[in-house]
Amino acid sequence: MTNAAQLNAQMQGNKQTGDIAGNEFLAFTLGKEEYGIDILKVQEIRGYEAVTRIANAPEFIKGVVNLRGIIVPIVDMRIKFNLGEPTYDQFTVVIILNIGGRVMGMVVDSVSDVITLSPDQVKPAPEMGTAFNTDYLIGLGTLDERMLILIDIDKLMSSSEMGLIEKIAA
Amino acid sequence: MTIDMRQFFQVFFEETEELLAEMEKLLLAVDVSAPDPEDLNAIFRAAHSIKGGASTFGITDLTEVTHVLETLLDRIRKGEMALTQEHVEAFLRSKDILKLQLDGHRFGTPVDLEAVGDVRMLLQSLSALDAPLPPVVLATPVAAISTAKYANRFRVELPVTTPRDGTALANELGLLGQITRSVSRDQRTVFELVTDGSADDIIAICSFLLDPATLVITPLVPLPKAIQSNGTATSDAPTSADADAGYGFFEPLDERFGNLTPTGTGTTSADNAAALAAQEQQQGYGFFDTFKLPATAAAPDELPSEADLHLLPITEITSEVVGASAAPDGDRRIPQRRESDKASSTESTSIRVSIEKVDQLINLVGELVITQAMIEQRTDALDPMLHERLLNSVTQLTRNTRALQEAVMSIRMMPMDYVFSRFPRMVRDLAAKLGKKVEFVTHGAATELDKGLIERIVDPLTHLVRNSIDHGVELPAIRVAGGKSETGRLSLSAGHHGGNIVIEVSDDGGGLNRDRILQKAMQNGLAVSDAMTDSEVWQLIFAPGFSTAETVTDVSGRGVGMDVVKRNITAMGGLVDIRSAKGFGTTISISLPLTLAILDGMSIRVGEEVYILPLGYVVESLQPKPTDVKEISGQGRVIKVRGDYLPLIPLHQTFGIEPRFTEPSEGIVVILESEGRKAGLFVDDLVGQQQVVVKNLESNYRKVAGISGATILGDGGVALIVDVAALLRSSRQLADESIFS
Repeated sequence: MTNAAQLNAQMQGNKQTGDIAGNEFLAFTLGKEEYGIDILKVQEIRGYEAVTRIANAPEFIKGVVNLRGIIVPIVDMRIKFNLGEPTYDQFTVVIILNIGGRVMGMVVDSVSDVITLSPDQVKPAPEMGTAFNTDYLIGLGTLDERMLILIDIDKLMSSSEMGLIEKIAA
Repeated sequence: MTIDMRQFFQVFFEETEELLAEMEKLLLAVDVSAPDPEDLNAIFRAAHSIKGGASTFGITDLTEVTHVLETLLDRIRKGEMALTQEHVEAFLRSKDILKLQLDGHRFGTPVDLEAVGDVRMLLQSLSALDAPLPPVVLATPVAAISTAKYANRFRVELPVTTPRDGTALANELGLLGQITRSVSRDQRTVFELVTDGSADDIIAICSFLLDPATLVITPLVPLPKAIQSNGTATSDAPTSADADAGYGFFEPLDERFGNLTPTGTGTTSADNAAALAAQEQQQGYGFFDTFKLPATAAAPDELPSEADLHLLPITEITSEVVGASAAPDGDRRIPQRRESDKASSTESTSIRVSIEKVDQLINLVGELVITQAMIEQRTDALDPMLHERLLNSVTQLTRNTRALQEAVMSIRMMPMDYVFSRFPRMVRDLAAKLGKKVEFVTHGAATELDKGLIERIVDPLTHLVRNSIDHGVELPAIRVAGGKSETGRLSLSAGHHGGNIVIEVSDDGGGLNRDRILQKAMQNGLAVSDAMTDSEVWQLIFAPGFSTAETVTDVSGRGVGMDVVKRNITAMGGLVDIRSAKGFGTTISISLPLTLAILDGMSIRVGEEVYILPLGYVVESLQPKPTDVKEISGQGRVIKVRGDYLPLIPLHQTFGIEPRFTEPSEGIVVILESEGRKAGLFVDDLVGQQQVVVKNLESNYRKVAGISGATILGDGGVALIVDVAALLRSSRQLADESIFS
């Protein structure tokens, strides 16, 4: 696992260079699968800390934490998509996302690196094969021997399935 | 030396705006038949401060208007003229003009010069009326008179400066008191300053232009030598001698008169008066001086005898006379007694700080609290015997940090009064214009709201209030015909309700007309039906474009811009609700979320979790006896408190928590009350009581049933705030597990 601080720094650099949006992805793992999300949606990466449980919330919503004065909900993707063992230790990583001004945290097993993919490295996703509904997928990215499942995190997090946002289209 | 003047301008603008608001408030409150001299003085002071500021900044048009205003005010407060309704109107109008001019300078908005001229004419003609009283202002003695009021004399020796700086300083110092300027042998400028201020004040002023180290400030003996050296009349000798024979009570007074005497500068009447006063003091026993002295003091000025009718404390009257005769050019010096007596005096009760600084402070304190909590946690592990002193210090640190946090958090909060106070004037003017009688009342003006929200609520509220007067309250004749009192009632209220702040604009007017609204909505092509409930119908008036004339009432359209009101409030995350009954009035209630609002909370523990209960709902907490808890048909439990049976809500059950206790007699029951309904909330433990900043859960998550918000605890963790109102509403269906689904 790469050092979170280093990644944060790398992300900063990437954001500043202002590359064509959607070309760079943050790679993370859930269980044995490797996923990628648009780096521009990522605000920061943190370790997991104790959350405050929300009564009667779905199991995958771990609760809320205080992120420098903001109340941020934390979603455990491993529970939501039934991948890997939901363990919480000093290696558990939370990716803080900023989607349309709303901040939320996503628990994953680990974060590896930031990779650049050209459009021809991204192949359309087959109809099956991942825990995600293909609606939420951008495609499959290939980099040497690795295959990344690229998630449209915007769509996923604002979906009613996640229940993070009330009345998506009011 | 260049100073960025813009920042001072900003301060001046803000201050002037406040002074104008203060002035208006006083004017509206003043009882024309028997005005409180204190109020008149305050109004005068406000006008005067504006004038002073304006001339400092060279804003002449403002100075001109305030000058005539001040002249008139001065005559009234001295009792030369009786205050009339006409005067109050004129003052209010000139306040508006001043505001207009101020905005003109501040934002570059156009100023109606004609209106400015009109007001000046009006004020001038008013001051010209009943002019027969001789002018009080003595031309010559101003300088000397004013010395009477200043406690200190200083000799200020400047280093060699340019004449320009010297003049600038002389002007600035002149604001502190009376100044004379001379040049010493070695070409240094020397001021002699008679002032209330201290040497520090002088240094503060001079340091704008000079290095304070180069200043030489020598305090001088105030009197009487000082006056002689001033070159003014010397007739004070006999008076002071007389004063010596007094009874000790009079000493300060004698000094005043001693000071006052030379002011006559040759006018024998003044000398005589002073001598007379002294004589009388010798004879009197201190009881009568209240009556006699002011009269004699007033005599040389041929002041009317109102002064003694007021029976004011002696010093006040004297200083008033002094202040009065010093007007208009010496009038910057306000009676000093007043200033110190009055806590609400506008000066030095507040400072201006940018909001960023405050927010930074709040964040820093937040960090401090967390650090403090960490220290506390670490020290908990220590042996209390060995580290007693350390632990004591930590306890103190805890207390201080909490106090600091509370104090800092309250900075951003402002009472609703800030908003409410601008309405009396509007209501008054509008009602007068429309020929209506409206009584305006406010409730809950002390309710605190975050400054950000306060500023954004002003416009919608103004709109609603205007609507209520325009379309809600009927004309007196119609009201009487409808069996109501002639005077309509408009009330503005604010309060905490169910985790929200609710602001209500309520009138006892004609109410909304359901048929008309429906009719209009149909014309506009909105989907409506006759079967709609009233509240659905009322919501129609918020539809954009719904606002046209004769929509609702015969006068014009209630609903003008209502869509804007609704939009503004929704943007703040609030709701607008209308309650209306035909013939009885309309209440528009705005409910704002508690974003950033501060809440007094009681923290309670259930299992491992901590929740906050808004203290406003908490009646008491108790540990029930096992016999006080009864079961009802196996569905729920009730608790007997002083003869009443209250439903028992086990929080662990509602929120699905693993509790430490399942028997109410082991834990604690908190009795809550909302909307007249009481219930007992069964929790494990009480943790404490604290003020919390309410954070919105919805900004990043969604609404959670039974939770009204969240807050950040001292240890940096998050605690949820229980929506007590919702909890109690659901308590009626105790056994219903699906309440929160």
